[in-house]
Amino acid sequence: MAELWLQSLLVLDATLRVATPLILCAMAGIFSERAGIIDIALEGKMLLSAFAAASVAALYGAPFLALSTAILTSMLFSLLHGFASITHRGNQVISGLAINILASGLTITLGIALFAQGGQTPYLTAQARFSDITLPFAESARAIPIIGTIYAEVISGHNLLVWLALLAVAVTGFVLYRTSFGLRLRAAGEKPEAVDTAGVSVVRIRYQAVLIAGVLCGIAGAYLSVAHGAGFVREMTAGKGYIALAAMIFGHWRPLPALFACLMFGFLEAIAARLQGVEIIGLGAIPTDLILALPYVLTVILLAGFIGRATPPGAIGQAYIKER
Amino acid sequence: MRLPLPSWMDIFVMPIINILAAFFVAGLIIAAIGENPFRVLAVMVKGAFIYKGALGYTLFYTTNFIFTGLAVAVAFHAMLFNIGGEGQALMGGLGIGFVALGLGGVLPPLLVVMLAVPIAAGFGAAWGSIPGWLQAKRGSHIVITTIMFNFIAASIMVWLLAGMLMAPGQMSPETSRFAEGVHLAQIHHIAGALGIPMARSPLNLSFFIGIAALIGVWVLIWRTRLGYIIRATGHSEKAAIYAGYNPQKTIIITMAISGGLAGLMATNEILGVQGRVVLNFTAGYGFTGIAVALMGRNHPFGILLASLLFGALYQGGAEIDFEFQTITREMVLMIQGLIILFSGALALMFHPMMERFYYYIKSRKGEAPHG
Repeated sequence: MAELWLQSLLVLDATLRVATPLILCAMAGIFSERAGIIDIALEGKMLLSAFAAASVAALYGAPFLALSTAILTSMLFSLLHGFASITHRGNQVISGLAINILASGLTITLGIALFAQGGQTPYLTAQARFSDITLPFAESARAIPIIGTIYAEVISGHNLLVWLALLAVAVTGFVLYRTSFGLRLRAAGEKPEAVDTAGVSVVRIRYQAVLIAGVLCGIAGAYLSVAHGAGFVREMTAGKGYIALAAMIFGHWRPLPALFACLMFGFLEAIAARLQGVEIIGLGAIPTDLILALPYVLTVILLAGFIGRATPPGAIGQAYIKER
Repeated sequence: MRLPLPSWMDIFVMPIINILAAFFVAGLIIAAIGENPFRVLAVMVKGAFIYKGALGYTLFYTTNFIFTGLAVAVAFHAMLFNIGGEGQALMGGLGIGFVALGLGGVLPPLLVVMLAVPIAAGFGAAWGSIPGWLQAKRGSHIVITTIMFNFIAASIMVWLLAGMLMAPGQMSPETSRFAEGVHLAQIHHIAGALGIPMARSPLNLSFFIGIAALIGVWVLIWRTRLGYIIRATGHSEKAAIYAGYNPQKTIIITMAISGGLAGLMATNEILGVQGRVVLNFTAGYGFTGIAVALMGRNHPFGILLASLLFGALYQGGAEIDFEFQTITREMVLMIQGLIILFSGALALMFHPMMERFYYYIKSRKGEAPHG
């Protein structure tokens, strides 16, 4: 019984670790899409910033410098996305797709040129990374049943960026629903004409939104390579950006529901890893590959309106053309 | 004010300028890494066309891109953005696997192959028509559903190939080899049988299926009633309804055709080369199809040219691995991203510049611009 309890706590702990990049990217997606700009480049920006962070960490051994570089890299590609889809009114899906493919090629090409290790960065030492923070009294709390073990196993022992991700949810909620900037941002995604009529520049707001999305994707990338992992591996995002996109839709483009969707998808991944190779008597091995596909299946079912309905922002995907 | 350019500039000059811009940026990155971009280009051209057997490899890759490019283009004509080529091609491969493994020892090989090709298209069509149905009847956005369907298809493949379809006594996730003779003949074998010596390459009969598909799509889009309905729905759904067409039906049919074309890609890889179903044989070709369709302006002739370019890029890219220490074939992926960026998302960036240029030249000749 005690063993089962510990195992479940470890799964929850893993859930939070796996969900962190999803949460950051989902918040990024919310900022961008609520302002009316489709962002399927979450994946690519995360990959590029993971590479940038690992490279800087490998060269200079400074995690905070690595984080800043990751954020700047991601913002640069957000600007490119904005330039194509806001300034030049190009197709937002195509622009995002271009960034994703560019990211795959660019990270490997630059990785080989810089480190000559087949696209990887060197293994990072503990000093070059964000280490896990053991909260006060975690070890002594272990003696207290239930609450104490939850504190020691699930809440304590995460790195700074995990906390930053959870903070990002609160900040996203506050900015979107409690500030005039958030109101304008949401209006730019629903009825840009209204924003324009109020004398506020739609273009400016949309650029701000994609740049904020860039910051968040940058943190997510840095988390993958210099906090959760210890270096960059080619294609290390492995579809996480798309799962985050699914979580954002699943959360109806709202921060708190999106957080829960990320945690649910993270939980599925954590449990699939635990169940690998486990057999149920009479049924055979649990198909963990299919469990891993559940986030996508659930999103399709939700989008089809079989379990509630997910309505995207009204003006999403449409370039705004100012009336003359 | 946006002034119109003559159609020859729109169709030929603008795409070339966009591609050159992509190559220019790629060249800058190569130069920044410390290699000579022109040397890289020379190696790629040699690798794609000049070495023995190179052209065969180039045309082999071209075949993949013809199928996936056509798949994207057909959907584009109905204003549908099918990003699901990867998943549809995977399902096509799965269909071939079922037929070849299930009937391989039972029916004559030729008959199995003749069944496997339409089954590949059928499986792809089925996998494409589900997102189509969801868009038409339930209003789910096709871009998101096709992305999700790529991942779902990949998971199904892993589950089946590492599970019930895995070859006995095998460690890697792939099926057993197909029965003797269940494959599409490779061109150098055919040429050899006819007494024409030809270098070995994976180029096989799928290439001709691809050419047939190019012609078939041209006929479909511009010479049939269905093609007209597809284009009408793409231009204006309201007008299509007013004309008495059912856009929901059109969306589902278009996505089925699109998925079927993507599914046929599997004939080239699975029936032409592998002779068994392997994981990830699509290798991103479905996504490359988007670049191909954008460059080829959704026209079969343009798609043929764009497929040739990408075939050459992929085959030439393989040559880079042998010749250079600091750059690899992944550079081609980077170029592909840049091409999608410049000829897709930034397609109109150079338009104003070309307008000024064109009308300046025209006014120098003493002709006033019309309009």
